[in-house]
Amino acid sequence: MSRIKETFSRLKAGGKKAFIPYIMAGDPDLEKTGEYVRVLSECGADIIELGVPFSDPLADGPTIQMAAERALKAGITLPRVIPFVKKLRQHAEMPIVLMTYYNPILKYGEERFVQDAVNAGVDGVIIPDLPPEEAGNLIRSTRIAKIDTIFLTAPTSTEERIRRVVSASRGFVYYVSITGTTGSKLALGETFKDHLGTVKLLTDKPVAVGFGVSTPEDARAIAQIADGIIVGSAIVKKFHEDPTTAREFIQKIRDAI
Amino acid sequence: MDLEKFWLFYEPDSILRRINIKKQPDKRGYFGQYGGRFVPETLMSALRELEVIYLSVKKDRLFQKEFKALQATYIGRPTPLYFAKRFTDHLGGAKIYLKREDLAHTGAHKINNALGQALLAKKMGKTRLIAETGAGQHGVATATSAALVGLKCEIYMGTEDMHRQALNVFRMRLLGANVVEVPIGSKTLKDAINEALRDWTTNVRTTHYVLGTVFGPHPFPVMVRDFQSVIGKEARRQILKAEGRLPDYLIACVGGGSNAIGLFHEFMDSDIKMIGVEAGGRGIGTGEHAARFIGGSIGVFQGCRSYLLQDNDGNIVGTHSVSAGLDYASVGPEHSFLRDMGRIQYTYATDNEALAAFELLSRMEGISPALESAHAIAEAMKLAPGLPCDKTIIINLSGRGDKDVQQVARIKGIEV
Repeated sequence: MSRIKETFSRLKAGGKKAFIPYIMAGDPDLEKTGEYVRVLSECGADIIELGVPFSDPLADGPTIQMAAERALKAGITLPRVIPFVKKLRQHAEMPIVLMTYYNPILKYGEERFVQDAVNAGVDGVIIPDLPPEEAGNLIRSTRIAKIDTIFLTAPTSTEERIRRVVSASRGFVYYVSITGTTGSKLALGETFKDHLGTVKLLTDKPVAVGFGVSTPEDARAIAQIADGIIVGSAIVKKFHEDPTTAREFIQKIRDAI
Repeated sequence: MDLEKFWLFYEPDSILRRINIKKQPDKRGYFGQYGGRFVPETLMSALRELEVIYLSVKKDRLFQKEFKALQATYIGRPTPLYFAKRFTDHLGGAKIYLKREDLAHTGAHKINNALGQALLAKKMGKTRLIAETGAGQHGVATATSAALVGLKCEIYMGTEDMHRQALNVFRMRLLGANVVEVPIGSKTLKDAINEALRDWTTNVRTTHYVLGTVFGPHPFPVMVRDFQSVIGKEARRQILKAEGRLPDYLIACVGGGSNAIGLFHEFMDSDIKMIGVEAGGRGIGTGEHAARFIGGSIGVFQGCRSYLLQDNDGNIVGTHSVSAGLDYASVGPEHSFLRDMGRIQYTYATDNEALAAFELLSRMEGISPALESAHAIAEAMKLAPGLPCDKTIIINLSGRGDKDVQQVARIKGIEV
């Protein structure tokens, strides 16, 4: 059983939901990222989502775009993030998922990427610009290496597409809460519940909700229906603008779930 | 090796050619190994919807009739095929014809596609158009089409391009469009596309994204090709009438590559030599250029797999060209395919060569080409003198140079 699957099973048995914070590797440098991972872990993160900086992050809003720009300025790219995960693994037990765009993986070489990632202790990958129908090669090599591929479903996904996405996903399914980029404004209305309900109906796999979750209240509301909550931009922003209060903020979100 | 020798030794794999070239793209939007649909999930259903509607209007007589009538009465098609006699005599070789897309409404070929997509958007019930623009020509064409069809319009444009093409920014605003400045990244076309894609992801239910070139996720590359292929269809008729035979060479500049595909597509199954001209910027050796085939490698960017200017870690590198419309890090997937097949030969012209061509054509023919199109003119200036005078060349004069007059003055240090 994958470490991600195990985590969700354990939480489910205890009647709990997964807290999945996102930070950008290398923002502002890898040493700080290491510290932030420790903070997240101490606050009770169940899975860490580690962003890989890319020059043209078209699924991301301004907060994560700027974080990527800072990280790239610090010289951080995929070939440096993988050994960094290996280093993190010396202390960290929780699952680590890389969120990266497709081109850096393609340039690195898909098979080589999967090999190096698994050796470094990466548990899963999320690639926002790679829908399942374009992911044949990657799916093949990740299945062999036992790395989870987490695909995204969106409010605009048809039932046919949701089926495709959930069947290609391993570990969990990522539900994009809104039509928009990361860090957009969340709208938790009936439509949101309906859509998420449809996804949950179509799969037994855990479903985690992300994009736009920025307050403990959001997190609490979503925890009622989802299996996991992903918080990215709000945490990235906190660490960047006011790192001293980040711990308190993250703790509040954790406690709300 | 000079160009004539190149063609002499060059024998494309004709079997592959016969099987593949006409049948592209496949159902998944692939031209050989290039193309595809690499976008966030939020857009996948919209792309499918667009594909279905597009395929249906291709056979929809009423839609085609309306479109054809607008092509004739609004765009001003067919655009002339003009024999550039003084330019030909000056170069002293092959006969040069100019396909006058600069005479299309709004001053460039971009309107062929923008109007087609605006009509499609209306049919899909969308209320808003968005577009990216580099040189401003596609932005102007989209703003124009939005005004004609009666849709709201927002145009994304990089800060640097807004500076280079101030005149077009004002034109778009006059046409009722909102021009949104994109001050991030390299502040040029690629960043405008990122922002347009983000907008589309957010407003996909009400908005159609009028992508301006044969690029991006399927079905854009094939749809834009089909809207632009009117250029080649007309040119074929016109050259047959003027010369009684097909031309020997076709030349077009290649940014994303829509004017080139537009001219070339109709001639694909002939033996005519086709040359695509990329932006050589300050020279390939300087690294400041947009010559994707000479300086790039295969990657996935902004929705499709194609040739790409990228660094060793897969990040997109900055590009440079004197012409905003060619200043882009990737190129249409069909171009990558046709290059691999050996069907089109790609070369480049530098900023200085394009500027010289801009001036020469202005003086010889009283036609100022867009700086983009001036790259194609520059290639003809190298090619034509070495060819016998019974050979003919058609150059796609994809846009007019009025928008570039200020920029050229600035480069020459003249205050206007």
